Amino acid sequence: MTAKNLFVGCATGFSGDRTDGTAPVVDTLIALGGGVLTFETLAERTLALAQIEKRKNPLHGYEPLLDDLVSPVLRRCLDHSIKIVSNFGAANPQAAAQRIYALARAQGLRRPRIAVVHGDDLTQPEQLQSLLKRLGSNIDPARIVSANAYLGAQQISEALQDGADIVVTGRVSDPSLTLGPALAHFGWSMDDWHKLGCGTMAGHMLECGTQVSGGYFCVPGQKPVEGMDRIGFPIAEIDSQGNFSVFKAANTGGRVDLRTAKEQLLYEVHNPASYLTPDVTADITNATITETAANRVRIDGVTGHERPAELKVNVCYDNGWLCEAEISYAGFKAKERAMLAGDTICKRIGHLIDLRIDIIGALSIFGDDAGELAAKGFNAPANDVRLRVAGVHMQKETAEKVSREVLSLYCCGPAGGGGVRSSIKPRLDTLSCTIPRDFVDAGWTIAQGQRT
Amino acid sequence: MSRTTIELPLHLLAHSRAGDKGNTSNISVIAWDTECFQLLLEQLTEASVAAWFGHRHPTKVTRYVLPKIESMNFVLEGILDGGVNDALNLDTHGKGLSFWLLEMPIEVPLQLADRLSNQIY
Repeated sequence: MTAKNLFVGCATGFSGDRTDGTAPVVDTLIALGGGVLTFETLAERTLALAQIEKRKNPLHGYEPLLDDLVSPVLRRCLDHSIKIVSNFGAANPQAAAQRIYALARAQGLRRPRIAVVHGDDLTQPEQLQSLLKRLGSNIDPARIVSANAYLGAQQISEALQDGADIVVTGRVSDPSLTLGPALAHFGWSMDDWHKLGCGTMAGHMLECGTQVSGGYFCVPGQKPVEGMDRIGFPIAEIDSQGNFSVFKAANTGGRVDLRTAKEQLLYEVHNPASYLTPDVTADITNATITETAANRVRIDGVTGHERPAELKVNVCYDNGWLCEAEISYAGFKAKERAMLAGDTICKRIGHLIDLRIDIIGALSIFGDDAGELAAKGFNAPANDVRLRVAGVHMQKETAEKVSREVLSLYCCGPAGGGGVRSSIKPRLDTLSCTIPRDFVDAGWTIAQGQRT
Repeated sequence: MSRTTIELPLHLLAHSRAGDKGNTSNISVIAWDTECFQLLLEQLTEASVAAWFGHRHPTKVTRYVLPKIESMNFVLEGILDGGVNDALNLDTHGKGLSFWLLEMPIEVPLQLADRLSNQIY
């Protein structure tokens, strides 16, 4: 018997994405007879920030927008057997599960069965010691904010097969959020590399939300996108052999076609023959994309090879303070005045702090930290620019000199500067390595809910 | 002899998206059509792209070609001043770097150049 096709929708591409794209995805899944709703919310540094929140309050440390994501659709998901799978547990999946129980109670819903995946967090002292040894790093363990292995799809799959309505994870590889449900639905074997490769790339197409359906794509007058204010989030239809198509939620803006799909297929890929995840080495060397209907593409030719022997780990650690401050100059010789202001600040504190100077409006993001491109000169006509000074230092008081110096340009700087804004924030740096799989004790449990 | 080619920016021949992992940027180059792809295969090489990003001092540039989707994927190592957590750039991810590559000049036959101007895709 062939299992019927699986529909997986993805309603956020990162922590901080729009939260109102969820309802159209759920509406579409209901119309299609059910499926899985995923949220991808963990970029590289998101988890470290969540760990800091958890330290401040042991009930925090999960996705701050959790309520906005889950609350409006929880009733319909439970009523229509739409499973929810997400890494929105971040640094505290147990607390996220408790929060969802509370949301269900508040709406008078039945108590959902919520599974929590554990094992990614490696911040126990003996784990950190081993990691630092592996990294060949001598940083003080006290500076480490987070250390997480990228788990795969297996625990998600097992929890779903056990009847979980909702699976909450911390760090898992993004495509595993899709592959896990596919494994559970089709019963694929964990070494069926071809199908694992296909399910992984289906997840890859979804994991950045609208980046496959018209988001992060539009250039006005060259590659237009209709309805940018209501772009539909993507849904994949996967069959039992791993073939898949991608389309978007019904009655939304955006576009899904050859061009949007190609941009997302290659997004954050290095060697196309070897896209590494904890589950498989996916291979898109021979991938083809076909438009099969309006706003719908089929991806063929994907395959997979044996998974990497080891798991990837990210370690985030405190690394001083980043201070940024800006001031505007407009009108004649605006660029020259901004450059003079920057030079002045370099003369005053450049010996104390690593500084970067940008002239926003003339040259900023294309430039390099060392200012090499800027030194070649830039001729863009720019009579409304913003000087930006960024500096880092281990000591907060020293880093703050950046904002002090920019502020004092009001009186002591070149003529006509205005609109100073500044900020200071802790700086987190990342180290990466791989570790043997048996270093990690990955598993899942059904979260115990507190009844009130 | 009159000119048979003209220099055009890459964005008239391809679209592109940049992504980051650590201190490495990958920048896709997706040809608008087959004729564009053939020109890019000749001119958009590892060496020419490395030179275009010279001020970022890439430690290594690798070009992967995906002929079935008329695309290439450039992997530029060491160009993000340390990457998302380390760089002082406003755009620590280097998300805008695809638009730096899209300014790179490509020698295009005049006849093709005519067809490429003002296209909406």
